[in-house]
Amino acid sequence: MNTRSSFNKVILGAAIRDSFCKLDPRIQWRNPVMFIVYIGAMITTWFTLRDLIVESAQATVFTTQITLWLWFTVLFANFAEAVAEGRGKAQANALRSSRSQTKAKKVTNSGTILVDAVELRKGDLVFIEAGDFIPGDGEIIEGMASVDESAVTGESAPVIREAGGDKSSVTGGTRVLSDWIKIRITANPGETFLDKMISLVEGAKRQKTPNEIALTILLVGLTIVFLFAVATLAPYAAYSGVEISAAVLIALLICLIPTTIGGLLSAIGIAGMDRLLKRNVLAMSGRAVEAAGDVDALLLDKTGTITLGNRMATEFMPAPGISPEQMADAAQLASLADETPEGRSIVILAKEKYKLRERNLTSLEAEFVPFTAQTRMSGVNIKGQEIRKGAMDAIKKYTQSKGGSFPDAVDQACEKIAKAGGTPLVVADGARVLGAIHLKDIVKGGIKERFRDLRQMGIKTVMITGDNPLTAAAIAAEAGVDDFLAEATPEDKLRLIRDYQEKGMLVAMTGDGTNDAPALAQADVGVAMNSGTQAAKEAGNMVDLDSNPTKLIEVVEIGKQLLITRGSLTTFSVANDVAKYFAIIPAMFAPAFPVLNVFNLMGLATPESAILSAVIFNALIIIALVPLALRGVQYRPVGAEVLLRRNLLIYGLGGIVAPFIGIKLIDIIIVALRLV
Amino acid sequence: MLTDMMMFILYLAVLLLLAWPFSKYLAKVFTMEKTVLDPVCQPLERLVYRLSAVNPDQEMNWRQYASALIWFNVLGAFAVFLIELVQGALFWNPAGLSGVAPWHLALNTAVSFMTNTNWQAYSGESTMSYFTQMTALTVQNFVSAAVGLSVAAALIRGFTRKTTSAIGNFWVDLVRSIFRVLLPLAIIFTLILVQQGVIQNLDSYLTVHTLEGVEQTIGMGPVASQEAIKILGTNGGGFFNANSAHPFENPTPLSNFLQVISIFLIPTGLVIAFGNIAGDFRQGYAVLAAMLLLFCIMLTGTYLSEAYGNPILANLGIDQPTSMEGKEVRFGIAGSALFATVTTAASCGAVNAMHDSFTPLGGFFPLVQMKLGEVIVGGVGAGFYGMMLFVVLTVFIVGLMVGRTPEYLGKKIEARETKMATLGILLPAVMMLTGSALAAVIEAGTSVVLNPGPHGLSEIVYAFASAAGNNGSAFAGLSANSLFYNLMLALSMLVGRFGVILPVLAIAGSMAEKKTSPPGPGTFPTTGWLFVILLAGIILIVGALTFLPVLTLGPIVEQLLMLQGSMF
Repeated sequence: MNTRSSFNKVILGAAIRDSFCKLDPRIQWRNPVMFIVYIGAMITTWFTLRDLIVESAQATVFTTQITLWLWFTVLFANFAEAVAEGRGKAQANALRSSRSQTKAKKVTNSGTILVDAVELRKGDLVFIEAGDFIPGDGEIIEGMASVDESAVTGESAPVIREAGGDKSSVTGGTRVLSDWIKIRITANPGETFLDKMISLVEGAKRQKTPNEIALTILLVGLTIVFLFAVATLAPYAAYSGVEISAAVLIALLICLIPTTIGGLLSAIGIAGMDRLLKRNVLAMSGRAVEAAGDVDALLLDKTGTITLGNRMATEFMPAPGISPEQMADAAQLASLADETPEGRSIVILAKEKYKLRERNLTSLEAEFVPFTAQTRMSGVNIKGQEIRKGAMDAIKKYTQSKGGSFPDAVDQACEKIAKAGGTPLVVADGARVLGAIHLKDIVKGGIKERFRDLRQMGIKTVMITGDNPLTAAAIAAEAGVDDFLAEATPEDKLRLIRDYQEKGMLVAMTGDGTNDAPALAQADVGVAMNSGTQAAKEAGNMVDLDSNPTKLIEVVEIGKQLLITRGSLTTFSVANDVAKYFAIIPAMFAPAFPVLNVFNLMGLATPESAILSAVIFNALIIIALVPLALRGVQYRPVGAEVLLRRNLLIYGLGGIVAPFIGIKLIDIIIVALRLV
Repeated sequence: MLTDMMMFILYLAVLLLLAWPFSKYLAKVFTMEKTVLDPVCQPLERLVYRLSAVNPDQEMNWRQYASALIWFNVLGAFAVFLIELVQGALFWNPAGLSGVAPWHLALNTAVSFMTNTNWQAYSGESTMSYFTQMTALTVQNFVSAAVGLSVAAALIRGFTRKTTSAIGNFWVDLVRSIFRVLLPLAIIFTLILVQQGVIQNLDSYLTVHTLEGVEQTIGMGPVASQEAIKILGTNGGGFFNANSAHPFENPTPLSNFLQVISIFLIPTGLVIAFGNIAGDFRQGYAVLAAMLLLFCIMLTGTYLSEAYGNPILANLGIDQPTSMEGKEVRFGIAGSALFATVTTAASCGAVNAMHDSFTPLGGFFPLVQMKLGEVIVGGVGAGFYGMMLFVVLTVFIVGLMVGRTPEYLGKKIEARETKMATLGILLPAVMMLTGSALAAVIEAGTSVVLNPGPHGLSEIVYAFASAAGNNGSAFAGLSANSLFYNLMLALSMLVGRFGVILPVLAIAGSMAEKKTSPPGPGTFPTTGWLFVILLAGIILIVGALTFLPVLTLGPIVEQLLMLQGSMF
């Protein structure tokens, strides 16, 4: 807690400093709405200075205050952006330190030589031992090691990385804790994952997202309209015999243009990326985050996402004439040496259900028969007994070759298991079939509720699995997904994504294997697991550092939240103008047309106090809304209409009412302090 | 009061009852389906295509469509301009009128009729020969309305087609709009008007001796045929200076009622037809509901202001109603208020009473309707496509608020559409503001204003709102036939017309290229009441934020001062 508050203090301090640095016109120019405020502040400054010289100090009290508050408006907007950037900058510094000068043991024809990490190029081979930092991104080609990836993921528990398979990629800046590996470097310095991550979190290469661009156009349009509305007011006033000073016109303009959303827009975008980062998701572009908010279909791998990674034995179904204990005993014996999770679960089930204790294979003088691709069975030979377990067809072949027959009851049991979404495993002792084991996919707790939430958001969930359609259908029903793709090949996945896209839907998917890469690239939002292969990570547009596939759901929520926050603050900003008109119009015209005082609904004290109050409110509301911009407007998975009604009530109606109260309060304070 | 209310309700009921079947026909015309008029229209259309070497099967992308439209209008305006200048040497000129002078009046008039504005800085009976009225002005009355319909048809195609760049063929849309929509309706309506007593002849002007013993010249002419399309095509350019207040243009309360119905008929039918073509009639009704909601607010405002009248006159002992100045007795307050609201809602601009003589607030509502962009039902075609710009804007904001990239009819609203919608809304508004602001400060602008104070400002503001809104009704009180006003208002009309049409066609083009996504529970339905109210609300807010300061200095302050006892 203590470190957190000091961290915040550092960020706030830096943000205040940055707010002044950002007064550079080249930076201001990038935000058209605030640039108008900036110009306005400069013009009133000039008027104030001129008046100070020409007239008495007393006459310039009002314009001086207007000028000051206009500058505050600019500074507050700068501050909002700086605070949003602050967290990323701090994190980038931490990342940079882990990239510090490391040496690498480069493998050449003549043995290994020590070189600087920055000299490594794509394709170089590097040898890494326990205690060494991994000098760059690479693919393990030999060996296996436990790696501390906390520098990238923040997760301190070490992970295993090994050659071959889907866990072969390593990230530069992480550290090997034990054993050794040989890697092939896959990225040149400056292009590594860590480099990308630094530039992303710093927001250095931040580009406006499509929706942000569209909104900016709308805001610029509004600003232009107000610019003309205010600029033409001078001639109209002149015709009507009303005199309005330039400072008042500028004050009116600044109050009317959407400074609230204009000042907070980039902060909202940065904070959105930051929220993803806090959940350990690295988005390669803001576009991907926005697309996530629009996703219509979510493709999820069954294993690891919807179900726990491993299947578990849940039931023994003995063949006719075999007692359950007898079968459980044989099944346990067959599985004792089987270290796969399925094998372990059989041993445990036998122990829990039939109190069969684990036995020691060596003391039984048993011979373990390992699984091979040819036999597709495993088992033990004990004292003449040949106990085997395996897939139904494999055992069928085995028993028949021994002269036995396959009982119909077991056949039916297997079918029943498959229908229920499980995998049948048949146990046999020589020619005699003992029964079937129900291996079940365990659906993750709480996943059904998440899918229900998604459905309410209007997102279709599709389960992808290599299982047969029968099994897939059962699991799909249990998990509550909307659809499934069974016996899926990588080509099937790609085709499914294209089909959905053809229908105009946006598709998101997660993946980790190299064979997922084409589908990840085709999907509108492709989240690659950090534990996955390099190819997968490059194909996706987001990387999940925790390698947790259900995180996609949170990404969707953050994407939506980003849009909602923008929309709500835009509505709020525009709704505010109503009250500001009621403050400023009577103040401007009432001296010439006292009848217009009927519009002074707030009963503001004087024309000067009214205008100043509106300007102050306009500036303070930016600061007041910074926390909301950073945190984001709360998103709830309810239907669009409910959401809209709720947000309209809070930000539309609230946006009309709030400034009436705020401006009145400020007016009371101004009068009390005798500021005008 | 009660009978007035019943007339308003009857008005809306009759309108919807007529628009509903008409919309089905309209939808068929633009989706090229078979219609009852095929046997008559098809040969005529084929002849036109052959004569003009148009291949009716060749569709256009939005740029080609826009360029065909622009060329057609430029040449059309040029033809009107020429005819005006040389009419003195042509036939059908029994009054012996010479060429329209000065040139800038002729130019203003040419632009005015080409843009469907029909702003008239002249009096018809003393300026235009029968030949000009028939071959220049009435022709433009037809084709400018047809151009509006064509743009609307192109936009509907943009919304309903997918992954194509083709949005239809401008020439085909134009020809079909004329032969299948405007001409048949105009023929029917002309006959009805003649039955009601509208004149239709090529006679010389009559000179009569009045009861007071003075001589009066009474204009004649082919009025009914022009009157019908003037109303149906939301053109509004009167044959006579007094427009629909003239007994030869609008003789009876029944003809008055039919005229207000006819003004709204095509625009209303078009919106419903849009829903038909989009495959979800609720989409059309939702847009129409937003339009009619605003219309009812405006009508109530105008009517109540006029019914309340002028307390200063009441204090002088003048009997109620006190605001009959500038109104025809045969129409009364309700008939005049209804006509004024309808004509300014629909960018028609025909008038049956003098808006300048309305109470300040009574004039405020018509003015506001024009300033809102003529989207409350709006002109033929123009009302629909102008409204669609607000729909795009509303959908954009709504999309953000529900956390989804905005969609309308399954099409994503992105930067380009936002930009074009903003542009289309912004350009006429900026033109209205700058034009009237300029006129308010320069001598050429203020010297021709007949009334002092806020009322004078309203007169200037009304003129530019009417021109840039392509409405064409005049507030009067402004001698607008001057070099400055003729040119500035012509510019305003061009900006108000093409500053909207071009962005609309660009939207049609980019929409047609998009895929259509199926709606889901996460998409906000654009058919419910919430959407209707939001759409109406956004139109009001945009208008209010843009024009509140100037409206305050004009009609609002004038009304307040009137209540205090001063008049202008």
